Amino acid sequence: MSTTSETNRKAPAGERVADWADGRLGIYSLAKANMRKIFPDHWSFMLGEIALYSFIIIILTGVYLTLFFHPSMNEVVYEGTYVPMQGIRMSEAYASTLDISFDVRGGLLIRQIHHWAALIFIAAMLVHMMRVFFTGAFRKPREINWLFGFLLLVLGMFTGFTGYSLPDDLLSGTGVRFMEGAILSMPIVGTYMSFFLFGGEFPGGDFVSRFYSIHVLLLPGIMMGLLVAHLILVFYHKHTQFAGPGRTNNNVVGMPLLPVYMAKAGGFFFLVFGIISIISAVASINPIWALGPYRPDQVSTGAQPDWYMGFSEGLIRAMPGWEINFAGHTLALGVFIPLMIFPMILAVIAVYPFVESWITGDKREHHILDRPRNVPTRTGFGVAWLTWYVILLIAGGNDLVAIFFHMSINSITWFARIAFFVGPVLAFIITKRICLGLQRRDRDKILHGRESGIIKRLPHGEFVEIHEPLSQEELYTLTAHEQYKPAEIGPTVDENGVRRKVKLKDKLRAKLSKGYYGPDTYIPKPSVEEFKEITGGHGHH
Amino acid sequence: MKKLSARRRHPLAAVVVLLLALAATGGLYAAFAPADKAQADDTAQSLAIQEGMKLYTVGCASCHGTGGQGTSDGPSLIGVGSAAVDFQVGTGRMPAQQPGPQVPKKKVIYSQSEIDQLAAYVASLGAGPITPTEKQYSPKGADIAKGGDLFRTNCAQCHNFTGEGGALTDGKYAPNLEDVDPKHVYEAMQTGPQNMPSFPDSTLPEQQKRDIIAYIHTVNSDEAASPGGLKLGGFGPVSEGLFGWVFGLGALIAVAVWVAAHTAKAKKS
Repeated sequence: MSTTSETNRKAPAGERVADWADGRLGIYSLAKANMRKIFPDHWSFMLGEIALYSFIIIILTGVYLTLFFHPSMNEVVYEGTYVPMQGIRMSEAYASTLDISFDVRGGLLIRQIHHWAALIFIAAMLVHMMRVFFTGAFRKPREINWLFGFLLLVLGMFTGFTGYSLPDDLLSGTGVRFMEGAILSMPIVGTYMSFFLFGGEFPGGDFVSRFYSIHVLLLPGIMMGLLVAHLILVFYHKHTQFAGPGRTNNNVVGMPLLPVYMAKAGGFFFLVFGIISIISAVASINPIWALGPYRPDQVSTGAQPDWYMGFSEGLIRAMPGWEINFAGHTLALGVFIPLMIFPMILAVIAVYPFVESWITGDKREHHILDRPRNVPTRTGFGVAWLTWYVILLIAGGNDLVAIFFHMSINSITWFARIAFFVGPVLAFIITKRICLGLQRRDRDKILHGRESGIIKRLPHGEFVEIHEPLSQEELYTLTAHEQYKPAEIGPTVDENGVRRKVKLKDKLRAKLSKGYYGPDTYIPKPSVEEFKEITGGHGHH
Repeated sequence: MKKLSARRRHPLAAVVVLLLALAATGGLYAAFAPADKAQADDTAQSLAIQEGMKLYTVGCASCHGTGGQGTSDGPSLIGVGSAAVDFQVGTGRMPAQQPGPQVPKKKVIYSQSEIDQLAAYVASLGAGPITPTEKQYSPKGADIAKGGDLFRTNCAQCHNFTGEGGALTDGKYAPNLEDVDPKHVYEAMQTGPQNMPSFPDSTLPEQQKRDIIAYIHTVNSDEAASPGGLKLGGFGPVSEGLFGWVFGLGALIAVAVWVAAHTAKAKKS
């Protein structure tokens, strides 16, 4: 009776559609595995989301722009509505960008959203990367995902570069000329590569259409693939979390993807879109109509790339213009050396996870994040790298710094040259000391409690401040981190008293490991005995 | 003759002779004296030069020398012309406050008539570019687009795409051209003040100067339109990057903190 009624029951339309899809795609098992996926809550875990959403915004607006942009360098005479350019000869690419800005409905806003979102996309990727770096989230099992993220950053930079070069305006043309100079500085292969890229002598008539394919097809395609892989790995590894009561290396404490994170993430997408749209509606970006069409015989001061390429500009501006003659060939070292340092700066941060795990010998899985203060060497290194990066950005904008602060551009360049070497070292030392200071403060808080600001006078006249003891949860959070011991070489003699051969590599590693985890890199956590002795005794200090 | 000789001894004869003699010398002087000083229409010019010289002695001679020949503190002014004086003094650059890589623009302390007198004096020291008339520098009816092209060819490498200014070596700079008087822009091109090269009419004819002035006025003045919104100084990617980081990413991180702080809390209901 009941069985017949069940078979006869007409399922609701939604269920029938879902059944149909499940029979072909297997979505039920997929959804079962992932819908209740837990994500921990922390604002810094949403930095990657900012990058993801701005990437989506870039793709949406980019598609609209392709409908009106003509990737061609054919020369035309401008007859559009922008008066100061009427009658000027320019490439079709530049003319169509002027049309997008002045004659296509909503074109200028979409262009500005596209460009602002690009700046924010790469900034968000860098900040997200720094979050992962400083909290040690790149450790096993996430090293590959770190590399995927790094590749996304580098590809993002070059997608941006090829993108802002498309309008063929005087500013971006100067940037392409800069790139051509860098390629030419490469010994032997430079001229061949330049001719290959530009289809002959610079600027030729090809680079806009070539950059266009690279910008809208090749690089975004690769990035899309990497992005999917990046997200799949986040699901596969599960999200990291900060230490806290109930949080272990084997669980994730947080909220489920559905409904909580779907709602939050969906809402956050619209917030990101909204903020980028407001900025694009309020502030001008890359006003190509003011720059003029590119002509190799013209150039303007204040010609800088977008910020993410700024450090390459800084390298060139800070580098002395050395040029030597080697076996009858001119070597433009003033350009070639910066060209070699450019990938190095990026590589240093990319390979860091592997270097760290080699030095420390730590091959375990980590799902609990470090607080930056508890790993002073890593934090110091990260701040040193950022200092390096920022010094190069300053060098790249040396002329504007000179104008705004009424200084000599030469002094700023010299500052950058010296700071390039000294700055990171100072930043490392200072950061490490600050980290140790913060560790001391934590230790103090654990043992003596939090300062309450209440002053008490004792019967014999002494004034003391009342310290409130921390809660059990806070005590756990502050002491959950592990304090590592440096990797040792092991005994130098074997059980028979014969001297063991120690490889140079191992010696170096032991030395580095000592520098990493050695006694001057941490303030010992209070032991249980210490804690009991101090808190168990008299109530104040 | 009889009459004359008869009155030879007249008591007033001496007076008459004296009058005749005075009239003769006066007449002769008027006939032979240097002509220019006697011409009535040049008096204003000579007065201006005289007044200008007085102003020069007080305000300029300490650096440029008593006769405009220049000293170790200031260049010679012989041959710079009235246009140079009108520019330097008319924009407040001269008299200079202190030595430095470049003399900045400041409050103008001379009236236009005083500036004209100074210019007349300096122009009298040697021939040079003459202060332009309004017909020469007026941007009315000039070709803006052509001016833009000329500006990017000749001016942008120091003054930036739209004349926002830029840095030169050792603390020198190309100033912002926003709302600079068309006359002063013209004079600057004509005379090449301080670190600027000069663009005489042989390089940049009058019409082209007017085109450039019209372009600057269109893209960098009170009336200039910024179709994209805030101009952010017009300095390009550096200011855009700074704005993007501070206001773009800054706002997004603030929102992220806000979203993370408002979560579904299972414990507290």
